[in-house]
Amino acid sequence: MTLPRTPSQTVGPYLALGLPWPDGPFVVADGTPGAIWIRGRLIDGAGDPLPDALVETWQADDEGRFAHPAARRAGPTTFRGFGRCPTDADGRYAILTIKPAPVPGADGRLQAPHIDVTIFARGLLKQLVTRLYFSDEPAANAADPALLSIDDRALRATLLAERSADGYRFDVHLQGDRETVFFDV
Amino acid sequence: MTDARNPGYRRDVGVDPPYLYPDYVGTRLRAPRRPPILLPQSLTELTGPLLGPGRVEPADADLTAHGESEPLGERIIVHGRVLDSDGRPIRDSLMEIWQANASGRYAHDVDQHPAPLDPNFAGVGRVLTDSTGAYRIVTIKPGPYPWRNHPNAWRPAHIHFSLFGHAFPQRLVTQMYFPGDPLFGQDPIFNSIPDPRGRERLISRLDLDEAIPDVALAFRFDIVLRGREATPFEDEDDD
Repeated sequence: MTLPRTPSQTVGPYLALGLPWPDGPFVVADGTPGAIWIRGRLIDGAGDPLPDALVETWQADDEGRFAHPAARRAGPTTFRGFGRCPTDADGRYAILTIKPAPVPGADGRLQAPHIDVTIFARGLLKQLVTRLYFSDEPAANAADPALLSIDDRALRATLLAERSADGYRFDVHLQGDRETVFFDV
Repeated sequence: MTDARNPGYRRDVGVDPPYLYPDYVGTRLRAPRRPPILLPQSLTELTGPLLGPGRVEPADADLTAHGESEPLGERIIVHGRVLDSDGRPIRDSLMEIWQANASGRYAHDVDQHPAPLDPNFAGVGRVLTDSTGAYRIVTIKPGPYPWRNHPNAWRPAHIHFSLFGHAFPQRLVTQMYFPGDPLFGQDPIFNSIPDPRGRERLISRLDLDEAIPDVALAFRFDIVLRGREATPFEDEDDD
């Protein structure tokens, strides 16, 4: 039996009613050793910030584990792995988390440490999905299958988060000269 | 890894709207110009947040129960089942819901539509699917409302639904509409769905069997999330 799937629709401008959680930005609790802030801005094709978007993150813990039955062989964890933050009037978001360990790719080889990033907003009829990689992992990044699948090397840099005072900075450009690479998952 | 125990999630082409749909003006500066790159599903994508239990109270499923008295408008029940496209129920999964009130006004600062707010209706709900994938909420039928997409643009009445499913590729945000809405024809968000049959799947149907006589009409809205590449073993936990 194959049922036809339900199509996507935009979250619209009022997602802030239904989707933010008070603890959404805290993948780990404040004060967790090794915690990092992922901070950034969402920018549209005119260079303007997105004040009405939602950023969601999904990642492994620092031993490559996910709290999910499909990842049982990696070992049990209580790590939430999920972050969620609406953007502010300047298009800014912030997620407190830890750096993930490498996890296997579809071919079984280890991938570079990464965080899946999903964006919902007015004007997006379907979520955008991208990946955050860490700019201070050059060797792992150079061998990562998803990064290598991007033919234009200059575009790979759109997925690299840069070190900042309290973690990493990761801006997302939805459109334009600095357009971020997005994935079809 | 996409082995027999953890098959990937099927991509179904032509179901969702395109990113760029110029009639919906909001897409013009937000749709990427380059097509997305195919990402083979790894463990990061074969997993996903399973955060429903503990985040929902039973009262969250009744959007009419949070004021000092009943909200204004037409009380309705919305119910249905959440399945994947192979027919498997999506169990114990979080659904988040938000909507305008009966006058077509959202309880949100940005909404300046000159229709009244209802102090007894916030328009926000949450519910968990049960062990068969079924859900049921009680709410108020939302009103249509104007927006600035084009001259005299009005959104058909709709309720926003957000679902996680059981893995990252099943994440879905959509809108439920009501049968026979005369505003469908001029709504670019509804019409951005390429296949007319896809649009029809977002239209709930009147369900008199689930209505409560003298109390509330009912509408049925089933939701189908992405299915898997191949049939997994019956017990995914048999490592």
